[in-house]
Amino acid sequence: MAAYKPVVVQACPKLGEKITQDTLYWRGYKTPVQIKEFGAVNKIDFSPVPPYNYAVTASSRIHIYGRYSQEPIKTFSRFWHAAYCATYRDDGRLLAAGSEEGKICLFDVSGKAPLRQFEGRTKPVHLVGFLSDKYRIFSGGDDYSSNLWDIPSATEIISYSEHTDYVRCGCASKVNADVFITGSYDHTVKLFDARTKSSVMTIEHGHPVESVLLFPSGGLLVSAGGRYVKVWDVLKGGQLLVSLKNHHKTVTCLCLNSSGQRLLSGSLDRHVKIYSTTSYKVVHSFNYATSILSLALSPEDETIVVGMTNGVLNVKHRKPEEKNENSQKKRQPAYRTYVKGRTYMPKQEDFCVSKPVKRVLRKYDKLLRSFQSSKALDAVLEPPIMLHTPEVTVAVMQELHRRGTLRSALAGRDEKQVNLLLTFVARRVIEPRFTPVLVTVADMITDIYQPVVGQSAIVDKQFLKLQQAIGKEIDYQEELLEVLGMMDTLFATFTKKRDACLEENKSNGVMELIETNRNY
Amino acid sequence: RRCPRGLRLPRGGRAARAGVTAFPPCRYLLYASGDFVKVHSVNTEETLRLLCGHADLVTGIQLNPQNHMQLYSSSLDGTIKLWDFMDGIPIKTFTVGSRLLALYTLAGAEDSVFVVIPKKGERDTFQLVSVKLTKGAGQDLEGKELSVVLDGVGASTKQTAFGREGSYVVSVKDVNLQVYFFKRKLLNRFSLSTAKTKGDNRFSCVACHPTEDCIATGHADGKIRLWRNFHSKKAYTYSALHWHHDIVMDLAYSMEGTRLLSGGVESVLVQWHNESSCQKDFLPRLGSPIECISMSSDGALCCTLHTDNRITIINSNLRFSRSIQGLIKSRDVKTGLVVDPRTKALVLNGEPGHLQFYSLQSDQQLFSLDIVQRQYIHQAGLKQSDLVKVAFSARGTWLATVEESEEVTDPELQLKLWFYSEETQSFALNTRINTPHDNHITDMCFRDMDELGDDSLILVTTGRDCVFKVWVMVEDSDPEAHQSVSWSCDFVGSYHNYQATNCCFSEDGSLLAVSFEETVTVWDSLTWDLKCTFCHPPGNIRKICFGRLTCSKYLIGATDYGFLCCWNLLTCALEWSAHLNVVVLQPDPISEHIAAVSWLSKESSLFVFKPSEPRPIYIQRNLCKEKILLAAFVPRDEPEMISSEKYLWLRKSQLFFLTDTQELMTLSTKSLEERLTPSSKQLAVEESLPVTPFSVLLGKHRRQQAQEDIDLGKPVVHKQEQASPAVKELLHTPAHVLPSASFLCTIFINSLLISKENKSAEEVADEVEMESEKAEDESDEEDVTAMEQEDTSHMELLGEMTCKLSKSQEKELRKIRKMDYSWISAF
Repeated sequence: MAAYKPVVVQACPKLGEKITQDTLYWRGYKTPVQIKEFGAVNKIDFSPVPPYNYAVTASSRIHIYGRYSQEPIKTFSRFWHAAYCATYRDDGRLLAAGSEEGKICLFDVSGKAPLRQFEGRTKPVHLVGFLSDKYRIFSGGDDYSSNLWDIPSATEIISYSEHTDYVRCGCASKVNADVFITGSYDHTVKLFDARTKSSVMTIEHGHPVESVLLFPSGGLLVSAGGRYVKVWDVLKGGQLLVSLKNHHKTVTCLCLNSSGQRLLSGSLDRHVKIYSTTSYKVVHSFNYATSILSLALSPEDETIVVGMTNGVLNVKHRKPEEKNENSQKKRQPAYRTYVKGRTYMPKQEDFCVSKPVKRVLRKYDKLLRSFQSSKALDAVLEPPIMLHTPEVTVAVMQELHRRGTLRSALAGRDEKQVNLLLTFVARRVIEPRFTPVLVTVADMITDIYQPVVGQSAIVDKQFLKLQQAIGKEIDYQEELLEVLGMMDTLFATFTKKRDACLEENKSNGVMELIETNRNY
Repeated sequence: RRCPRGLRLPRGGRAARAGVTAFPPCRYLLYASGDFVKVHSVNTEETLRLLCGHADLVTGIQLNPQNHMQLYSSSLDGTIKLWDFMDGIPIKTFTVGSRLLALYTLAGAEDSVFVVIPKKGERDTFQLVSVKLTKGAGQDLEGKELSVVLDGVGASTKQTAFGREGSYVVSVKDVNLQVYFFKRKLLNRFSLSTAKTKGDNRFSCVACHPTEDCIATGHADGKIRLWRNFHSKKAYTYSALHWHHDIVMDLAYSMEGTRLLSGGVESVLVQWHNESSCQKDFLPRLGSPIECISMSSDGALCCTLHTDNRITIINSNLRFSRSIQGLIKSRDVKTGLVVDPRTKALVLNGEPGHLQFYSLQSDQQLFSLDIVQRQYIHQAGLKQSDLVKVAFSARGTWLATVEESEEVTDPELQLKLWFYSEETQSFALNTRINTPHDNHITDMCFRDMDELGDDSLILVTTGRDCVFKVWVMVEDSDPEAHQSVSWSCDFVGSYHNYQATNCCFSEDGSLLAVSFEETVTVWDSLTWDLKCTFCHPPGNIRKICFGRLTCSKYLIGATDYGFLCCWNLLTCALEWSAHLNVVVLQPDPISEHIAAVSWLSKESSLFVFKPSEPRPIYIQRNLCKEKILLAAFVPRDEPEMISSEKYLWLRKSQLFFLTDTQELMTLSTKSLEERLTPSSKQLAVEESLPVTPFSVLLGKHRRQQAQEDIDLGKPVVHKQEQASPAVKELLHTPAHVLPSASFLCTIFINSLLISKENKSAEEVADEVEMESEKAEDESDEEDVTAMEQEDTSHMELLGEMTCKLSKSQEKELRKIRKMDYSWISAF
């Protein structure tokens, strides 16, 4: 004898990305704030000191934004042409920027006019940065050279002309005040020591280098260029650790998060990918509207700022941490309630009498067990079930259909219930997993309520909605079939027809193929 | 000696009529099954005895009302046999002559029984006659003294019943009810009017109240009518009880007559209290329609017989107790006969939506696997979904099942893959694929490659949607998923838009043969390239299979138009063909033999051949009259010694057939008598007895003793085994039939003493003295056991028996009194 078997609800695997700790962390940002700049945003740099203002270089201006301000709190616009690479010094008090005309300007963040101007270069300077001793600036430009400047005297200390193409990116070591690296369009990354006359290390990236980054420890170097992000071990003489190819267009910018655990890369393919720096796997990714040129992350990951080619600055702020007060108030029963009587070990001569396990049936199952079809359907038409677990509703409808009682369960409903039913059907009938059942249901509803059409405006409206949904779906399916047909044609042309050599041998009524490579 | 005919197996036969016997503690269940009567222990669920001797179907069994250890049985072969069912010995055989359709006994009529026989000269007319059982000395007696009691009775056992203390007999047929009063020799006839009622109110069964003059009749429209006052033709009354929505299959009154049980196709047992329709209890979901209900004589148990060849035992409080099931008869065996490689059990459709694993060795259902996992509702006209295809992987770790609804167009299809988990010892669902094909699935097979392991496992399904699909296992990349593998489609093949009908892998798994209507296509299983095609018009391909071992280069196919073809895969040419209407084509998995069963002019014939030679090595015409639908080779545990050349192919495996009447048959080289060697099973008394506090006490003592022995490190051999029968007798015999405690004390104590064999040499001297005592003890023991055996049968003699104490016994008792009993305090 069998007990009642509950209705089997077809579980469907959840599609889409999996929820991991990273997903939750990176999803914890508010809706982005969009700020329109004058041109493509080529550099964003956060001030290393509170209140963590950030400098945005776009077109011929450098805007400084506060943490929550949507308007620039300060603007440097002393450039004739485009400005490049506005970068904060470590103490957040000085700002250096290169320019199209070849000048490098040094600003005090509180002042307006440049404190110093480093001149001598005629080609645009795309790269400017401070060495970690705070008194020297390195730069790189379109004249293929990398230079080192002294701030107090505003003079050039040394110039390296080792690159054979534009120098577009670079960074200074935080550990050693004399070391900086530059990346160039000649596919190389070079490491310079200010104490020597030439570069100390050259790394072949293989593509025009768009961005380089040194890990805080100074041991690892990340270079981005082409579709690749490559990680090199500097201490091992520039050995390639890992090569990441997750973007499908050129990677333009790199950034580390404040803890150094995650690496972010932005690309022209409109994605920002977040890698774990231990496994170098992509743990999360953001989508943006247009191609990304620059990217910056504030300390403590409070804000993500992304600059795009169309001049839009996208700012995302982190949501404040939610306090789970409710869950703390609800006191769980003590541990001993759970283990009460369960820890007793029966002795050998004890008779064990097991308590019959009480089977918990859902409401619709109880009703189905007693053959109350209409009530069972009512039970699964409750809004919570219908909205959140439509598969339960559909499973019960299918079970009723199997029992042959679906028609009677659907019949005899008032306006409100019919409205509810039709809303559900119109919304879900296009889902492939529900379609077979819901088409039957829609058919029956139309049959049953045909005589009363026109009596209620609400129901009529729902019928029209259903019609629309089905019409749309049919169009869609037709289109898909067309695409399928096209693809089949394409595949057919690529596949070699091997059946061509089929010969008929009519003497014994057996068709045979000439080639048999079987050996018994 | 050799029996070339197909033999009906003693197992799997249809249970004809069940009856719980009147043995006091309700211990045995007797039921007729095919040509046999089975004695079944209610407690241990074991078949204890098989009473064989009838040459045809057993139609009725009744206990001898004078002696409840004896049983009458009637059969279609025209004999009534009287059995001692405890020992399984036929006592007497009465030859009546005509076919016997039902059997009844009455307590009052000592020397006669009642049987239903067909009326001479008329078809479909039956009469109830009483047969005078002559008292003769021999075993085979004539029972020709017939006297007709009622004419025009129903042929079924259920349609006749005997009333209170055998004072009247009732019989129903169609819309007529007739009552015959034995004392007054009065016959009353009542008939229901058919015109007034809408439904079909024909009678289906009848039962009589055991103490009152009341008759309950069941009707085809689901009503139960209770007739009273039927002594007069005019003043009779009846009232109706209605719950069943379809025919009432059987009715039974409880012993006191307060409860009435009824059952029907709903597979719900209904219990009506006090003949009122408002008070009723139900026992639902018994699995399949109830065919027959039987009450035990003490009213403690009730058993129902179901249409699927199963007996359910139900407690008096309407609680399910246990069920006895052999081969479950399903509506339609769609899955075919499949052999589970793990248990060597036969696997086929069982209960609706279930797969039954039937052990051929023990004639028991090993287990039933719920495949459809849906509530089965017995209702006419409902489109049920059932299991249609089953396939096992070579080692039995994977099971693939296909279920589909009965709808002709657009069936609801599901392909399920089950994995055998060693921990739970059962199959667990791994993957469910909804709508694997757009139309019915026609065949399914695994690639059987033992040596390559599970990685090479491939499943192929063919469907009427003109494609075959290849399913492979894929590793689940998701580390958090419950299972590491799942199945998905790898390749879809088709051939000229013909329906795919059969598929088969070659022995080494490198080739796949798929038949598309008239054509057989051969595919490479690595690249899924079409290698070659074979065709033998006219007629669609019905079955295909590859040869094995030395014949692996051949492909065998059977067509609709009665051709058996053998193609050579090396030359791609037809090797030979034969004109044979093959219904079943079954290759032996462990040899190169292939069995083909043909169906010609209403008889099935068996041909066994090797693909390499067109001449069959074994032909058996007229295997049986029924159409054989399925066959399976079951490997033997150990090769049987077969001397005859003709049966050499049966050495390693056994061939089983299933006919269209769902009878399971096998081809045996031995005669029936040889196979049915009496199983030396005792009517296990000891095992079935309940545990008494005293035995628990003794058990404790024994354990302690054993513990002590181990602690001391002395390998003392206990003679517990020898002592145990005496102790068991002592413990298990009811207290009121035991001799006095003082009498039993010696035996008991002696049985607890450490035996003499283990004593050291120093004690030998003592032993000599005790020798005489020992001899006496033993003789005493024998006496007591013999006495107790008598006691159980003749309780009234007990008093005299215990008084008779011999002199020597008295001496014993005195000796015991002097013994030291201080050890008893240990208890």
